Amino acid sequence: MSLHNLTLIGLQQKFTAGEATAMEIVRAYSLRIGQVEPKVRAFVTQAREAACEQAEVLDRKLKRWRRTMPLSGMPLAVKDNICTDGVPTTCSSRMLQNFVPPYDASVIGKLRAQDYILLGKTNLDEFAMGSSTENSAFGPSRNPWNLRCVPGGSSGGSAAAVAAEECVAALGSDTGGSIRQPAAFCGVVGLKPTYGRVSRYGLVAFASSLDQIGPITRNVSDAAFLLGAIAGHDPLDSTSIDRPVPDYMKALQKKDLKRLRVGVPVEFFTEGLDPEVDHAIRSAIEELRHLGAEVKEIRLPRTDAAVAVYYVIATAEASSNLARFDGVKFGFRAKETKDLLDLYIKTRQEGFGPEVKRRIMLGTYVLSAGYYDAYYGKAQAVRTLVCQDFEAAFKEVDVIVTPTTPTPAFKLGEKSEDPLQMYLSDIFTISVNLAGLPAISLPCGFSKAGLPIGLQLIGRAFEEETVLRAAHAYEQSTQWHQKKPMIR
Amino acid sequence: MTYETVIGVEVHAQLRTKSKMFCGCGATFGLSANSQTCPVCLGLPGSLPVINRMAVEMAVRAGLALNCAITASNQFARKNYFYPDLPKGYQISQYESPICQHGWIEVVVAEGTRRVRIRRAHLEEDAGKNVHETGTGGSRVDLNRAGTPLLEIVTEPDMRSADEVVSYLKGLRDILMYLEVCDGNMEEGSFRCEPNLSLRPIGQTEFGTKVELKNINSFKYVKDAIDYEIKRQTQVLNEGGTIRQETRLWSIERGETAVMRSKEEAHDYRYFPDPDLVPLKLEQAWIEAWRSSLPELPAVRMRRFVEAYGLPEYDAGVLTASRAMAEYFESCVTQFNHPKTVSNWVMGELTRELNNSGTDIAVSPVSPERLVSLMQMVDTGTISLKVAREIFPELYRSGKAPEHIVQEKGLTQVSDEGALGKVIDEVLAKSPAQVAQFKEGKQQVLGFLVGQVMKASGGKANPGKVNELLRKRLG
Repeated sequence: MSLHNLTLIGLQQKFTAGEATAMEIVRAYSLRIGQVEPKVRAFVTQAREAACEQAEVLDRKLKRWRRTMPLSGMPLAVKDNICTDGVPTTCSSRMLQNFVPPYDASVIGKLRAQDYILLGKTNLDEFAMGSSTENSAFGPSRNPWNLRCVPGGSSGGSAAAVAAEECVAALGSDTGGSIRQPAAFCGVVGLKPTYGRVSRYGLVAFASSLDQIGPITRNVSDAAFLLGAIAGHDPLDSTSIDRPVPDYMKALQKKDLKRLRVGVPVEFFTEGLDPEVDHAIRSAIEELRHLGAEVKEIRLPRTDAAVAVYYVIATAEASSNLARFDGVKFGFRAKETKDLLDLYIKTRQEGFGPEVKRRIMLGTYVLSAGYYDAYYGKAQAVRTLVCQDFEAAFKEVDVIVTPTTPTPAFKLGEKSEDPLQMYLSDIFTISVNLAGLPAISLPCGFSKAGLPIGLQLIGRAFEEETVLRAAHAYEQSTQWHQKKPMIR
Repeated sequence: MTYETVIGVEVHAQLRTKSKMFCGCGATFGLSANSQTCPVCLGLPGSLPVINRMAVEMAVRAGLALNCAITASNQFARKNYFYPDLPKGYQISQYESPICQHGWIEVVVAEGTRRVRIRRAHLEEDAGKNVHETGTGGSRVDLNRAGTPLLEIVTEPDMRSADEVVSYLKGLRDILMYLEVCDGNMEEGSFRCEPNLSLRPIGQTEFGTKVELKNINSFKYVKDAIDYEIKRQTQVLNEGGTIRQETRLWSIERGETAVMRSKEEAHDYRYFPDPDLVPLKLEQAWIEAWRSSLPELPAVRMRRFVEAYGLPEYDAGVLTASRAMAEYFESCVTQFNHPKTVSNWVMGELTRELNNSGTDIAVSPVSPERLVSLMQMVDTGTISLKVAREIFPELYRSGKAPEHIVQEKGLTQVSDEGALGKVIDEVLAKSPAQVAQFKEGKQQVLGFLVGQVMKASGGKANPGKVNELLRKRLG
């Protein structure tokens, strides 16, 4: 077995036992990236040389001290909207094509402190706005299971890199499903933590009240492991919550699901749902029952309003968050402008892609005088109702199970001309962000065409342990996560 | 037609915190461009704000001193607009829930005192500065000031003349300086005011169309700009014109205001709650603790100085204009209970020397104790008032104790009858004509004789005693 086949925990054990050096790990991954990256195109920036240097330093250090940290030598990929000191952070936008942050995001600081190795920065829909990575200014990434299909988005590069074994694990960010949807499309595990569980400092903001960084991994244990490494209060992020980080690995020890109450929301099983996905999810629910869970139907009546609420709130925040890209201080600046207004207009016209512009315009509109109450005000009110739906449901159940997406991965170009169709691919993930809850997506089957299908488990705020435990038990009793794509 | 002027004022007071409103950068004025910046105040992608606790405390103290209600649950909001000195493309401010609301301060006006109501005071961050280069036509941006904390204090339209506005501004500035929450420096921009002004026919209750005035950085320009604007608006109205709602800039060079932007060009700021900052909750007990620790404010202190020390209003006003001077005065009075004498010394000799050397009274080289010793020496007759005044500059510059100076120079006043008698006899022997005149009833001659004795004694003779002895001898 080659080093790049191992899980994060498997690789970590090998490294700690001295059976592989950091340099061997980096070389194995460089080789793998060299083989598959021209087909998958998961990365915006590869950090091959820096990774080699890091590995060399680390190996030398270990010869002297023999002490490793949990992530020592672990080769990770990071979504390119998370700031890395000295390494370009482009958000897959022309606007930031040459932007090199002078500082690390807080999660990167944590990983660095544990001697992780950065293999590169992964592709995304520009500024995380999209569900396919087709909105990247540098071209789309491909789904390793079928190169004519999208890997999902916006963290499509991270999910594709993990699925194609171009890194052992990756970080993504999730605003409306951007970790879980690509994880489902690529047949890997993606976890969106509770809002406030992981610091957002250094994550280039799309929608501040919804964004959250999380792990994308090959199995549930790896997700638990990596979440433990990045979670925790950060004084630099006022919205991060000051409460202790539990030992997520410990939560996985219990193998059965006795007394766990699992809710199935009827609203998620309607017409738009692909029959193959429907079948896979129902089988998964049976498996959960088989493991001892008590399954019951629940209602989340405001589910149909969630997409509308999301596209008002997320775009409103985005329109303000993206105002700083004005050509004055950093990033792209249009040439030959005649005055200040012209500088602003041309810079933003040329620097942003069409989807980003569409959302900025929408967000600007819903915050405008005379429209604020009807749109933004109303959306905030309905958001509260969506939260109340979940609160009521979680009085009856401990975990909610749903499909992650209505269909498996679609073909490149299939939805890119129709933004509304594209928006609907996030229909099952969006309400989780509105309520700030933790949720995981993990493989639960394949379509006849051989594309992965994702199962979503949603938990109460700060109950990542319950979500991980249920996901882990399911994973242990199935083989889906062991299937690997033939990249061709 | 005669018009009534209606004026309200917005003040931006820079709070004297060590660091900026939402990051750890320093907030010192005048350092080299962009040297006090970090990812947060530069608005770099991914950076996030964190509220400065000290700024909140200062805002609460100011609010309490301005008799405001303090808002228990505060929400910061984003004010969105594009400008090169605004790095994030929005300013973090407060919109629907300002930290202080519904206050007032007492202001001295022509008919006595009147309350000017404070509508609101809210916390926000300052912008940077655009520097326009002459010649090249280029512009540069200095973001040192970006993110420094401001308290924006807005009044109701309660003022009726330029003098009232100046009086309000002085009162407000005194309060903020007393609380040590703002240094009050108008030239450096740490106390900026923007009056808004409208006219209406006397007797009319509805307000006229208001004009906002900007670019005013001294009390003199406040008065000049408002007086100019009253004249301009009166003329427009008298000629049958209408006032346009607009913002006008005061030009120091031309001594007039000119349109900066009209109402139609006004921004839609698209305020919405800043999702990066959770609501700031203030506990009632915490607010009350600040209320009870407020210092005595200038207006109250001035009244107390008049009542408790029997000082003239003028003296009380001067002495309470700064907290340090008031404290200096009171420190003297507790040791030497002659308030008017202390007042004369502090407002006279001491202030003159402080002004000449550009020194703040808080670090006066003559301590209250030294000044008290000097006054006591006059009071007990050890030295004359004249001598005390003469040696004060030396006392100020040398830092020596007044007793030392008096001793070194042999300036102790002579009251001894024997010693004085000798000098008097010599003077009388030299002035037979004057003695004769006095005996004929010319009382005024006594003054001349006293003067001669003082001169002969080198200024050291006790004038009261000289007078007494002379009368005895000539009697």
